[in-house]
Amino acid sequence: MVISVWWTRRSFLNLLLYTSGFVPACWSFWLGVHDKLGPDPVRSFEHILGLWAFRFLLASLAITPLRIVSGVNLTGYRRAVGLLAFAYVVMHVAAYIALDLRFDFVTLYRDITRRPFLIFGMAAFLCLVPLAVTSNRLSIRKLGRNWRYLHRLVYVALIAASIHFLMAFKTWHVNAIFYVLFGIGLLSVRGINFLWGKRVHRRIYAE
Amino acid sequence: MASSFFPQPSPSEITLKEHYLRRRTILASTGLLAVTHAAKAAGLQTSPGPFGTTERPTPREDITHYNNFYEFGLDKSDPARLSGSFHARPWTLRIDGAVAKPITIDVDQQITAHKIENRIYRMRCVEAWSMVIPWDGIPLAEILRKAEPLGSAKFVAFRSVMRPDEMPGQKDSFGNIAWPYVEGLRLDEAMNPLTLLAAGLYGEILPNQNGAPLRLVVPWKYGFKGIKSLTTISLLETMPPTSWNRLAPDEYGFYANVNPDVDHPRWSQASERVIGSGGFFGEKRQPTRMFNGYGEQVAGLYAGMDLRKYY
Repeated sequence: MVISVWWTRRSFLNLLLYTSGFVPACWSFWLGVHDKLGPDPVRSFEHILGLWAFRFLLASLAITPLRIVSGVNLTGYRRAVGLLAFAYVVMHVAAYIALDLRFDFVTLYRDITRRPFLIFGMAAFLCLVPLAVTSNRLSIRKLGRNWRYLHRLVYVALIAASIHFLMAFKTWHVNAIFYVLFGIGLLSVRGINFLWGKRVHRRIYAE
Repeated sequence: MASSFFPQPSPSEITLKEHYLRRRTILASTGLLAVTHAAKAAGLQTSPGPFGTTERPTPREDITHYNNFYEFGLDKSDPARLSGSFHARPWTLRIDGAVAKPITIDVDQQITAHKIENRIYRMRCVEAWSMVIPWDGIPLAEILRKAEPLGSAKFVAFRSVMRPDEMPGQKDSFGNIAWPYVEGLRLDEAMNPLTLLAAGLYGEILPNQNGAPLRLVVPWKYGFKGIKSLTTISLLETMPPTSWNRLAPDEYGFYANVNPDVDHPRWSQASERVIGSGGFFGEKRQPTRMFNGYGEQVAGLYAGMDLRKYY
């Protein structure tokens, strides 16, 4: 009884997360359609989607460090947050191809083969594809231990996305640096925890 | 202690900032600054100039709310939002260096003394977007000739203003441009009839966010060459440093001529998005033209030069 109540609350919150997660995208799309995104609406829309993708990516990576540091367990919401990050990445890339390049695939090919800024962005996107595809119970069951290894690709995605983010500006951008430092912080918590765990482990076996 | 060679005012003699600012308000309210205010309110007396393009000018709203003016912040909406307390008047422009007659010019006297030409120029930003801007200004050559450049002068260095109190972007310099902003041209580029000192936009005095009171417009070069809020022009024998080149020499050269065949390391320069050309679904992307379409006037300046090397 208690379990089922807990379960429904969690699925309700997940549903809320999915729906509210799309609010920034829908809102800025509405603003864009009504010409309220400033003089360069396409670029603004791209940037908004990219920024929210990065935010959700950081949020999905913050769940484990949060548990380590404070004991608050939000693991049940990680899939939703991770899939939201992926959805924003897809919209970000779609806006770039459809609204910005206007399906000019020649320029697209040249851009993603020559320009590090876009290569890093595309790399982050490609890293996230298999993660999104395997974000279901069946895949977790089928892949077993390999699922965990596969999902470590998220760290590669974070690093590639961080470089892409920093390269998006002509100068060092304080906000971008702040986001990237936050990502580094999250990785450090895991790293320290991992090393610490190993040491405890070794000590136990030594005794 | 070099400073002690000059008579120093004692601190009590220095007019407090709030006092001289108040003085301006009092003068303004009594009509003693009427000339400046008349110019501000009534717009400029202009006549059509040469080199006009037939393309539709970008709406004024877009030209005045989409600005790269890092002195006011990194976001393109920052200059319009944060330039309200910038004092573009009174203002003088100094011309010195390798000239026979170094001069200091008052901007408003300059505007009344000269025929202000209206010139509709294409503007191509290095970030791959473009506008069509109806500037009002004076050819730079006319102003430079007044100072009588010496035969030894080969380059022209431009310096913008340094006012961290009025320009929030100048307060934090981390990873940013070393202020004040500086730019440069070869003397023959500066003397080209296309090169303009703009004092107005759409027939009115230049808004602060567009580089008031006086800015450089070099339409065949990327927008960042158009230094804003100009204070000093120095004629030199050697090539002067330029702000973006100092920050990222592999991305921004001294020449910075618009060139669809030489890409920025991070993006293509082959095409450009036309700002204000139709909103979300209709924003136009058009091919970028060599020298931004001004090849007829300027290609000769670069005859025999490898433009991949001198980007």
